[in-house]
Amino acid sequence: MSLIKVIGNKKTVVLTALSTAFASASVFAQEAAVSATTTANTPEAKVDMDAVYKSVIFYSLIFLSFCLFVAIVGRAIKVYELTREVQGKPAAINWNKVNASLFALFLLIGLYGVYWEYTVHGSMLLPDASSEHGRKIDEMFNLTLIITTIVFIATHIALFAFAYFYKHSAKRKAYFYPHNNTIEKIWTIAPALVLTVLVLMGFLTWRSIFYKTEDPNNKALQVEVISEQFAWQIRYPGADGIVGDRNYKLTTGANVLGIDFKDKRSRDDQMADELWLPVNKPVKVILGSKDVIHSFYLPHFRVQLNTVPGMRTYFEFTPTATTQQMREKLNDPSFEYVLLCSKICGQGHYNMQKRVRVVTEEEYAEWIKQQPQWLNDDLRKAFNLPVSATPAAAPAAAADTTAQDSMKVNPQAPTI
Amino acid sequence: MSTIAIHDTHHDHHDHGHHKETFLTKYIFSQDHKMIAKQFLITGIIMAVIAMGLSILFRIQLAWPDKSFPFLETFLGKWAEGGRIKPDFYLALVTIHGTIMVFFVLTAGLSGTFSNLLIPLQVGARDMASPFLNMLSYWFFFMACVIMMGSFFVQTGPASAGWTVYPPLSALPKAVTGSGFGMTLWLISMVLFVASSLMGGINYVSTILNMRTKGMDLWKMPLPIWAFFLTAILGILSFPVLVAGVVLLVFDRSFGTSFYLSDIVFGTQILPNEGGSPILWQHLFWFLGHPEVYIVIMPALGISSEVISVNARKPIFGYHAMVYSLIGITVLSFIVWGHHMFVTGMNPLLGGVFMITTLIIAVPSAVKTFNYLATLWRGNIRFTPAMLFAIGLVSFFISGGLTGIFLGNASLDINLHDTYFVVAHFHLVMGSAAIFGMLAGVYHWYPKMFGRMMNAKLGYLHFWLTFISAYLVFFPLHFLGLDGVPRRYYVFTEFEFMRKWLTVNTFVTWAAILGALAQVAFLWNFFYSIFKGKRAPQNPWEANTLEWTTPVEHLHGNWPGEIPTVYRWPYDYSKPGHDEDFIPQTIPFSQTMSSNLPHDFEGNEEAERIQREWDAQNPPAEQRTPQH
Repeated sequence: MSLIKVIGNKKTVVLTALSTAFASASVFAQEAAVSATTTANTPEAKVDMDAVYKSVIFYSLIFLSFCLFVAIVGRAIKVYELTREVQGKPAAINWNKVNASLFALFLLIGLYGVYWEYTVHGSMLLPDASSEHGRKIDEMFNLTLIITTIVFIATHIALFAFAYFYKHSAKRKAYFYPHNNTIEKIWTIAPALVLTVLVLMGFLTWRSIFYKTEDPNNKALQVEVISEQFAWQIRYPGADGIVGDRNYKLTTGANVLGIDFKDKRSRDDQMADELWLPVNKPVKVILGSKDVIHSFYLPHFRVQLNTVPGMRTYFEFTPTATTQQMREKLNDPSFEYVLLCSKICGQGHYNMQKRVRVVTEEEYAEWIKQQPQWLNDDLRKAFNLPVSATPAAAPAAAADTTAQDSMKVNPQAPTI
Repeated sequence: MSTIAIHDTHHDHHDHGHHKETFLTKYIFSQDHKMIAKQFLITGIIMAVIAMGLSILFRIQLAWPDKSFPFLETFLGKWAEGGRIKPDFYLALVTIHGTIMVFFVLTAGLSGTFSNLLIPLQVGARDMASPFLNMLSYWFFFMACVIMMGSFFVQTGPASAGWTVYPPLSALPKAVTGSGFGMTLWLISMVLFVASSLMGGINYVSTILNMRTKGMDLWKMPLPIWAFFLTAILGILSFPVLVAGVVLLVFDRSFGTSFYLSDIVFGTQILPNEGGSPILWQHLFWFLGHPEVYIVIMPALGISSEVISVNARKPIFGYHAMVYSLIGITVLSFIVWGHHMFVTGMNPLLGGVFMITTLIIAVPSAVKTFNYLATLWRGNIRFTPAMLFAIGLVSFFISGGLTGIFLGNASLDINLHDTYFVVAHFHLVMGSAAIFGMLAGVYHWYPKMFGRMMNAKLGYLHFWLTFISAYLVFFPLHFLGLDGVPRRYYVFTEFEFMRKWLTVNTFVTWAAILGALAQVAFLWNFFYSIFKGKRAPQNPWEANTLEWTTPVEHLHGNWPGEIPTVYRWPYDYSKPGHDEDFIPQTIPFSQTMSSNLPHDFEGNEEAERIQREWDAQNPPAEQRTPQH
């Protein structure tokens, strides 16, 4: 075998290769450190690229020398085993024992690793849900997590412990045990029962999220959110509390959502740059998409629903904590709720965000007053609607609607 | 019985035609199932290496989003200008990685290899029912691979709408550049692939049903055969639905129809399509797509059942339960596809129904897991590389299966859908587990395929590095998902809350690189051993199944003389009363009087009487304790 020759006769070559690799490692490290300090302030420096070029060769060298190392170790083991064989001694290395012990070790380290993950990464997760249904989802999640973790740990202990304890021995014969109907029934029925509980709870939670009975005293706030590559458009319903019709065929440069202003309910609809929601008030988000499928995802509220072109979808939820409360609770003054897209939608998918603010009823009422309307004079002309007599009258009209708005909002305040 | 007679004439015919074999008919357009299996395997390995390379490329992007890597520009040209992968090419990478892994590696590479190799060998047939169709199956697969790879040489790049290619994104080149010609190639490739897997599947089913040797009734078939059989049925019933969906998508893309398109506006440009629904594609896709994940995992489960039983030197625990759970998974897998669509805006009533069916499918999966554990219990385990990988499969199947309980629950899926939790889940349960099943199969049947042994120690190294790095890669990803990080994000730097995961991403990438490099140990071992490996003995693992009765040197028709008759089930390992710890299927009960058990005779009174008489004359040895 040629490999033996290479390794046996040219050990020196290997050694020099290794030593050069390590020598260049230290050189490279110094170089990298230097270039890092010099390029820290200048983003695109040529020196940096050179270092990386070098690093590709450097890493391949390291890998090659590692392969050589493995080959040498392999040969050494082979030589050791052959000499034992020649001397007539029993097999040098009991690989069954080695692998069995590695499984045992893997179990111990793995258990610690799982504990570490649960505690360290587990503490970096989303805060508790900031919505009513989200709390139910969190409860459901915790229950499922407890059950699955128990099963996960127990089955893995069994798996690796069996691997360790029942490793091969020439003296022993395995226990012939082809089946046991009782045991099999138990472990068919037990998971079935546990899953039944989970299914029932999941089903009830699911129903409670998607089948809401409307409370006439606490009507949900309608907000329409329309996605397009790679942005979200928000439409508040205005004074009438209803988001009017849209027809994609009406889309123009001035009417980007294709709002149908022939529908009276559309005429008072307002636009907004951010999604503001009053706390503890149900909100019914009406979702749509202009181009491809996106997904309306509010992780903090446990809300997600795809936005599909040609189809209106709805999600109703109730935020329970204001942005301010969350900042205090998390002790993070920069905390913001986010809206992001979670369905692959093109090259800007990774950055399709909108800030979400949950505020008190009063703050919301104040804010919504300042939001402009979708219907402007150009659109009035386009839809043959009476343009407000003079441009000066327009703000008056706006003020009018906001007055109605606050009328509309205020009576609801006491009901909460 | 008539089938047996046909076999023999078939065999004679081949004896006469043997000398005509040329290089072309032996290695290229071979109709021999063993050669086709090798073709599938090697193509599958090449595709796996490519797909793994793609994953390393996008992992580099995720780990060091603000660094430039000039070597990327060297390889990828304008798709990585300035040494940074571009966002649309990043999407192409994840798309093609997913497509290759799911279809070309884990479907064709796994089912194609081992169904072809093992079905005739383990049921006792000279070859597949239709060797010609079998050859076509490989060449369609090969063409599909070539076309898919060809899309990397298209100006606008490969398909980049995700491996599920949801329209409208995949239908409109305006939406993403990859939906141009690259997507057309994707669709053509997929049609060829489905044609390939249908030809394969029909062959597998007909061979198993019609060409079993004498005595090989269905309940004496080894578990891999059951798994391949049910997998093939799944594929035959579900793949055509994908073709239907693909054809409609081709129409939408190229001929102006509106099956999936409606109400679409780009900026202010209003598209004329009206009346279609993007959700229709998702129904058609997932009607295949969900059975597909079982098409991927069931052969792996079948292979590991065999490998675990052989190497634990114990009968597989609950053979019938294993078969029934496979059947249960097969049937249920057709009615769970909606769990991929909980948050599409599908009627919530359907969500509830699909949640119930989805969680039911966890029951047969749990039974299989427990049966594996029971098989290991009090075994006499030989840790061959194949066995290590089979144990690894069980571990991944548990870890990934349990997270399925979260995702199958519609309420929990609301917040987990399309996040890294999903990525972690399916990479463990169907990615890693199926790959481990495949590797277990390669290590186990390598002597049968190439007549040589692989190096066991390199196998150990390969296993441990791969096993550890797979967990290091995928375990932390669950937590990203639980923090609400969506999948297929090009960088994590645009959102404040994702920045804390940047270090984890770097770690995961290093682990992925380690895992990828570990495959060098396998590739070296695989290709080196083809030529220089130790010659394989007749039955290297002391296994019971029929394939180990064939000569080490391959011959067309598999067995030189008559096909052996089968007398017993394949799992008589460590049977008390027998001097060895295995009894091949071809040994009649008359030769193992000392170890026969009452239920072996399946109610044959004559045989039971003979056994009773023999028992009376030969008082039981002390180790012969009754089991039942």
